[in-house]
Amino acid sequence: MNPSFTLPFEQCDAGEIRSVGGKCASLGELLRAGLTVPPGFAVTTDAHELFLESSDLRAREEEVLERIDHEDVAALNEGSRELRALVERAPIPDEVVTAVTQAYGELARRAGDESLPVAVRSSATAEDMSAASFAGQLQTYLWIRGEDDVVEYMRRCWSGFFTPEAISYRKRMEIPPEEALMSVAIQRMVDARTAGVMFTLNPVNGDRSKIMIESTWGLGEAVVSGEVDPDRFLVDKVILEVLERTIAAKQVEYRLDPVRGEVVSAPVDDERREEASLSDPEVIALARLGKQIEKHYGRPMDVEWAVDATQGELFLLQARAETVWSQRERPALVEKKTSALDYVLADLLGRGQKAGDKA
Amino acid sequence: MVVSATVEDVTTTGNAASTNGSSRRFPSPFGVDAPPGAEDWRRLYPDYYLFSDERREYEEEQFWFFDGMHNPEPVYPFDAIMPESWWVFLNQYLTRVWQVPPTLGIDQRLVNGYLYVSPTTITDPDVIEERVAVFMERAGFYYGNWDELYEKWVGKAEDCIARLRELTFEPLPELEPMEMVESGRGLTSGYDLLANYSRLLENMHEMANYHFELHMLGYGAIMTFSDFCKTAFPGIPDQTIAKMLGGVELLLFRPDDELRKLARLALELGVADAITAHEKPDDALAAVAELERGSEWLDALEAAKEPWFWFSTGPGYCHQHRAWIDDMRVPFSAMRGYIEKLQQGIDIDRPLGALVGERERIATEYAEALPTEEDREAFQQVLALARQVYPLVENHNFYVEHWHHSIFWNKVRDLGKVLQGAGFLEDSEDIFLLHRYDLYEAIFDLLTGWATTNPSRPEYWRTEVAERKQIMEKLRTWAPPAALGKPPEAVTEAATVMLWGITAETVEQWLSAQDGGGGEGDSGELKGFAASPGVAEGPARVILTVAELDQVRTDEILVCPITAPSWAPVFSRIQGAVSDIGGIMSHAAIVSREYGLPAVVGTGFGTKRIKTGQRVRVDGNTGVVTVLD
Repeated sequence: MNPSFTLPFEQCDAGEIRSVGGKCASLGELLRAGLTVPPGFAVTTDAHELFLESSDLRAREEEVLERIDHEDVAALNEGSRELRALVERAPIPDEVVTAVTQAYGELARRAGDESLPVAVRSSATAEDMSAASFAGQLQTYLWIRGEDDVVEYMRRCWSGFFTPEAISYRKRMEIPPEEALMSVAIQRMVDARTAGVMFTLNPVNGDRSKIMIESTWGLGEAVVSGEVDPDRFLVDKVILEVLERTIAAKQVEYRLDPVRGEVVSAPVDDERREEASLSDPEVIALARLGKQIEKHYGRPMDVEWAVDATQGELFLLQARAETVWSQRERPALVEKKTSALDYVLADLLGRGQKAGDKA
Repeated sequence: MVVSATVEDVTTTGNAASTNGSSRRFPSPFGVDAPPGAEDWRRLYPDYYLFSDERREYEEEQFWFFDGMHNPEPVYPFDAIMPESWWVFLNQYLTRVWQVPPTLGIDQRLVNGYLYVSPTTITDPDVIEERVAVFMERAGFYYGNWDELYEKWVGKAEDCIARLRELTFEPLPELEPMEMVESGRGLTSGYDLLANYSRLLENMHEMANYHFELHMLGYGAIMTFSDFCKTAFPGIPDQTIAKMLGGVELLLFRPDDELRKLARLALELGVADAITAHEKPDDALAAVAELERGSEWLDALEAAKEPWFWFSTGPGYCHQHRAWIDDMRVPFSAMRGYIEKLQQGIDIDRPLGALVGERERIATEYAEALPTEEDREAFQQVLALARQVYPLVENHNFYVEHWHHSIFWNKVRDLGKVLQGAGFLEDSEDIFLLHRYDLYEAIFDLLTGWATTNPSRPEYWRTEVAERKQIMEKLRTWAPPAALGKPPEAVTEAATVMLWGITAETVEQWLSAQDGGGGEGDSGELKGFAASPGVAEGPARVILTVAELDQVRTDEILVCPITAPSWAPVFSRIQGAVSDIGGIMSHAAIVSREYGLPAVVGTGFGTKRIKTGQRVRVDGNTGVVTVLD
């Protein structure tokens, strides 16, 4: 067995990004920062590469790329269909299957659940993550149980590598097939009572002394996709106090349908609809983590998180650099003065700040 | 308060009135009736304190609000010396010393004995610009030499207090003693009585000058820091801003610290049980004196008294506010509480080190959250200035209102005893029913009789005082409207917002309340300033005067018009506090933060809407008080 086919999150870091992708590297970094992340492992680009090579997919992709125009939708669709059909039929090399089933077995054993439910997600290696996201490389499959299904859904992530958008992207960016690879993250599923996102600044005005948390019942997908209007909490980052609470009417939640064994979008029962999906102590605990994450990365971050339904434990699922305000040039709030007295005078005259919108 | 463009505009009514889009008005100060039986209330006060036809045009165009924060009750004629002091000596600093660019004076009037104030600001940019240069030079000098001036200030304040203590008021002798003759001094007891009375008034006015010398500039610096924070960190709680300024080593906490020390010493010396077993301070003192090491504890108590027990049980500017030294119930009740806590093994020390560390951490983290290096520099500058002035802004209170004023009121009482002895007053406390000008007349009346050995008019003064007592009684039943005159277009004046806690929202609430509109409504919710964070629920205890303070039970929510720092011992028993009056820099707010209690201040109607025993929730994060019953 080649150990480089899988890598536990603990060993993933930014240096491994070419091999484990951005998502796994970020989870590994969170773990090393001492934060609680559901355990799991990366299926590395080595595994992906061996699969592509052993199944003639490489050569076929080259042919397709050569043949088509990246803006020709019909041709892209046809090329995608062809390649994805191949991914679905091609045998996965035994070494890879063994490595993945062993890593899953280990994860399951540690959790004490033989068919431990996991999330299977693609972990893109493209440097520009937002471009990768446009390219449709971000498949997510939730609540996958047992080694066979894990392998099967890993294959679906690989299949997602050949969506028309992904092919078009690589063609446009002239990324040679031998350099284009992806990793897959296999991670213990959090049975989320509540989940959502957190920004370690106020996304409304870029104020870095605040943390904004959006939360909803069930899995975070509803917040991420914008399907529900989430509860919003504005927290003072310095003194860790909730400054504003907006409790929304949450119509739907994503949760596991135990009968069908899959995640469904279900209506929220009446009594929970307008109830806060996070308690104040949970908001504060989360903000405290946000502060820790920001400190670790040294910049404002976007964080995805979930609260476990049974233990109430708080898990971090994802942390990305905040991009909107961080990339914006922020002008100084005050006009530079020579002494403190100048500021007092300006304040007395109601001209303290440039914005000048003091009512 | 943006009331008008220039001084001229204030007096030309048409101009000022047309700028106000709304025709809504508060009652005219000229249309207010006296409560039945008190029609003659004006004779208790000097004419210049009343609304008058000579100034009517100006007066009707001003916004006057009830200053229940300093004077919740009708002002006693003698006690008028306090508001009158700041009427002149605060305003002179704003207008004639600093020439604060946008600020004209804060005017005052009495209506049915209640104090109404009216701040005026300038909005004409040209007028402001002219004033800027003067202000910058003068205020710049004070800020630039602040520490030195503050040290000097403490010296002046202490000297003023020392001279006040020297003043004595003795009964006039039948015959001047032989020493008077032999000394060749040439001044009599009659002269001394009159002269010491004049000195007493001068001393009060002198302290009032010192009071406002540094204090308004201090407020300006703190306000600047506060506004900076609110712009840079929208939504930052007011109490967090105050936390960055500290206030850990303030004199206002010293008296309470002394009580902790005495409680600890009582346990060491084995006199604790004698203190806890007696409700009345005198009984406790007698019991302690009986014990072997009792005298050691009593010596320590005496040592602590000077000056720390010159700590008023009220804000200090009314004669009813007695200092601990005159009413030992408050300090003894607090000591009993501390002894009981120590006996249960509970730590009663304030975590000073932790508070200082927290202050630095908070300031550092906010600075880090600023967008640019320039902003961080500006933040550090305004923070440094605000911190520099903060001790004065807080400590002046101990020197002025507590130490000086408590002694001042006692000196007036000494004079009252002289007048009582001469038959001019039934009771020495009646002296407060005479305005200071009346009192000069009364003393001279007394002197004419003493000097000629012929009759003076003691009955006249006794009758006058009896009638005034009845008028005061009637005035107390009157409910003063929140405001009179013309509503302001905006509320920006610093003291109005920070000290009185009045905002545009407050004015709107008052207007809709008088229109019978929703405003406060019956929702069971009161809005005020979030003064100290946290949420508490418990039975309410409505306390209107300091005399009722001993009714407060453990875990109750204190509901009061206004608190004073000396109520601090009660804060160790209660769960939360609600006040009618005050902004985030008011005493209730500062003490609540220090004691870590949720507090909402400036609710306007707390003591009227809440009844003792009702369950209430105080949310010190949002500034909302909810009546749960």
